[in-house]
Amino acid sequence: MKNNLNHRFGMVIDLDKCTGCGSCMVACMAENNVPFRKDESDKLLSITWMRVFRLNNGKPFPETDICYLPRPCMQCAGLHEGHSPCVSVCPATATDYGMETGIVSQIYTRCFGCRYCMASCPYHSRYFNWWDPIWPDGMEKYLSPNVSPRMRGVVEKCSFCYHRYQLAKDKAFMDGGRELKENEYQTACTQACPANAITFGDLNNPDHAVHRMVKPDLEHGGRPQNPHAFRLLERLGTNPKVYYLSSRKWIRHAGDNYLKNEAKMKKPVHHG
Amino acid sequence: MDSALIPKGVKRCPLWQFLLFIGAVGIVLLWGVYAMLLCWFKGLNQTNMNDYYGFALWIWADLAVIAVGGGAFFTGLLRYIFGKDELKNIINYAVLIGFICYSSALLILAIDIGQPLRGWFIFWHANVHSMLTEVAFCLSCYFGVLTIEYLPLVLENRQIDKVPFFHHLGHNMHEIMAVFAATGAFLSFFHQGSLGGVAGVLFGRPFAYREGVFIWPWTFFLFTWSAAACGPCFTILVTKITEKVTRKKLVKDNAIELLAKISGWMILTYIIAKTVDTWYWATVTAPSKGFTLMEFYSNNALYGIWILVAEILICGYIPAFILITKKGRKNPLGVWIAIILAVIGVCLNRWVMVLQVMAVPVMTFDHWALYYPSWQEVATTILPVAYGVILIAISYRYLPVFPNEAEMNPIEPLPEEAAAIEPSMAPEQELTPAEA
Repeated sequence: MKNNLNHRFGMVIDLDKCTGCGSCMVACMAENNVPFRKDESDKLLSITWMRVFRLNNGKPFPETDICYLPRPCMQCAGLHEGHSPCVSVCPATATDYGMETGIVSQIYTRCFGCRYCMASCPYHSRYFNWWDPIWPDGMEKYLSPNVSPRMRGVVEKCSFCYHRYQLAKDKAFMDGGRELKENEYQTACTQACPANAITFGDLNNPDHAVHRMVKPDLEHGGRPQNPHAFRLLERLGTNPKVYYLSSRKWIRHAGDNYLKNEAKMKKPVHHG
Repeated sequence: MDSALIPKGVKRCPLWQFLLFIGAVGIVLLWGVYAMLLCWFKGLNQTNMNDYYGFALWIWADLAVIAVGGGAFFTGLLRYIFGKDELKNIINYAVLIGFICYSSALLILAIDIGQPLRGWFIFWHANVHSMLTEVAFCLSCYFGVLTIEYLPLVLENRQIDKVPFFHHLGHNMHEIMAVFAATGAFLSFFHQGSLGGVAGVLFGRPFAYREGVFIWPWTFFLFTWSAAACGPCFTILVTKITEKVTRKKLVKDNAIELLAKISGWMILTYIIAKTVDTWYWATVTAPSKGFTLMEFYSNNALYGIWILVAEILICGYIPAFILITKKGRKNPLGVWIAIILAVIGVCLNRWVMVLQVMAVPVMTFDHWALYYPSWQEVATTILPVAYGVILIAISYRYLPVFPNEAEMNPIEPLPEEAAAIEPSMAPEQELTPAEA
C-alpha cells in the first residue's frame, strides 16, 4: 500500500507501562463531552471512546499474569487508504477518512443511526446514543465548547481529539502557516496517562516518537518493524493506526487470532 | 352490505364475520403501532439492542421478509419474461405478497434507524461504496414497481372498474406489465444481492466476510439465489394457508406444481452453491483470519453447529429433494413440509448472517454476546404480519386476486336467482384477471 497521506496520526500504547488506572478513560470522557447515565453497570450500553480491557494469560498462580489494554478507535486505513471497515459501509457518508490526517471522522449531524458501522467494527470502538445526554445540574457549564455533544440516535467514537488538531492548526496558521510541532497536537488520553504509556504523533514523521517506537513499514500497510510492537487483529486487513508494545509474548499473541498449529499459546481471558 | 364491492361469481363470508376478523387482527396491529410510536418518540432505548448488537431482530425481519417476498419478482420473471402461462393464476397473489413484504421491510427500516427524520440522508448523502445505499435505492425503486404491479388489481374492483378512466388505465397497465416485471427482476437481483453484500463485505467480521467477484462477495449471489428459490415457496405457503382459511381451492394444481418444481431445482442448486461457499469459507477464508469453523459454533448457549446443519441439510437439501421429484410434489404432506422447511431455511440463513455475526467475538479477549428482543421489538416485528393479514383479507374480499376462483368454486344459485342469472355471470367463466 502506498503511503500517500500528508500526516498519519497514530498512537503507541506501551502495555508494560499501563497500570489500568483508567485516567485515559476519564480524560477522554471529560474532553469529548461523552454522555453517561446514572447506572453505567451495563457495559454494552456505556459509551467509552477509550476503554481499558483487562486480560490475563489464563494460567494458574504463580504463573498468572495480567495486562491492561486501552482501546481507542483504531482509525483503520483498510487495505487501501480510506477503506476502513466502517467508512466503506456507511450509507450516508456520515463517517469519513481524512486524507490529510488518516483520522476517521464521525459527522453526528449526518448520521441517521443505521448502526452498520458498529456492525462492521471488530474492535467495538463505535457507540450508539441510545438515550439523549442528560448532564447533572450545573455540569453543562463544564462541557468542552470545542466538541459538540451528540443527540440520541447517532453513533459516536474516538476522534483522536480532532478538535485539538484544528485548534493547533489555527494557531500555526496565525503564526505564519508553519508546520505543527509534535507536542502541539496531543490527545487528552495521552496527556492524562500518569505512567506515560501512551504516545501520540505522526507515524509518517521519522522525528516523531511514535515512528521511532514502532518503525511502521508504510510500504506494507504500516506493519510494525519493532518485534515488540503489534496491532489488534492485524490479519483482518483493517490496518489500524494504534500500535501496542509489550515485551511479553502472550500479550502480543493476544492481539490476534491464530490457529492451533500457528500458536500453541493458551488464549488470554478477558475480565471486564 | 358490501356485496356491490365483491367480485362477481364468488362467495364471501358475511360482513360482520369479516369485520370481526379484521378487528381481532387489528388489535395486534395496534399493539405494534403503539410499540412503533414508543420507539419513534422515546428512541431505540426501548429495544434490547446494545453496542454489540447494533443489528438485531428488526434487521433479521427485514432481510427475511425481503427474502420470502422474492416470490414476487421471480414468479413475475417466470410468467412475463419466460412465458410460463400456468403461473397467471398465482401471479396476482405473488405480487400482493411481495407488496406486503416490501412495504413491511420499509416500515421496519423506518423504525430501526436512530434518527428516522433523517432517513432521506441515505439518498441525499449517498455513499456509493456502501451496500446499504444500494439496498435503499433498489428497495425503494422495487417497491414502486410492486405498487405499479399491484395497482391494476385494485383497479379491477367492481366499482372502480366502472369508472372508464380507471378501467382503461388498468387495461393499459396490463399491456406493459412485462416491462415492469423485467424492471422488478433487475432491481430485485441487485437489492437481494446487496442485502447479502451487507454481511459479506464486513472484512472485520470473519464470520460474515466472504471473498467474491469484483465488488460483490459470494453472499451477494447467494442471497439473490436463495430469495428466488425460497420466495416462491413462501408464495405457495401463503396460498395454501389462504385456501385452508377460506376452505376453497383458489389456485389450480398445475400452477402450484410448476412453481414448486422450479423452486425445488432453484433450492437444490442454491444449496449446493451454499455448501461450496461454506466449505471454502470454513477451510480457506476463516483460517486465513486465524479462525477455525468450530470457534464460530461453540462456547455459547445458542449458536451450536446444529444451526448450520439445520440450515443446509434439513432446510436445504430435504425440501429440494421433495420438490424436484414428481412423487414429492404430488404428495400434499410432502409439499407442505418442503415449503415450510424452505421458508424456515431462508429465514434461518438471514438470522445467522445478521445475529450470529454480531454474537461471535473477534478480539481474542472479547466474549460471546447473546441478546433477546424487548417486547417493543417483538410487537413491531409482528406489526407487519398483522398488516399483511389485513391487506390480504381486504384484497381477497374485494379484488379478483385469484382468476380461477369462480371457476373452481361455482356458487350454487338459489332457484329464483338461477332464472335471473346473466350469461356474463356464469360461474364457469373466469373473473376478469388482473394480469390478463
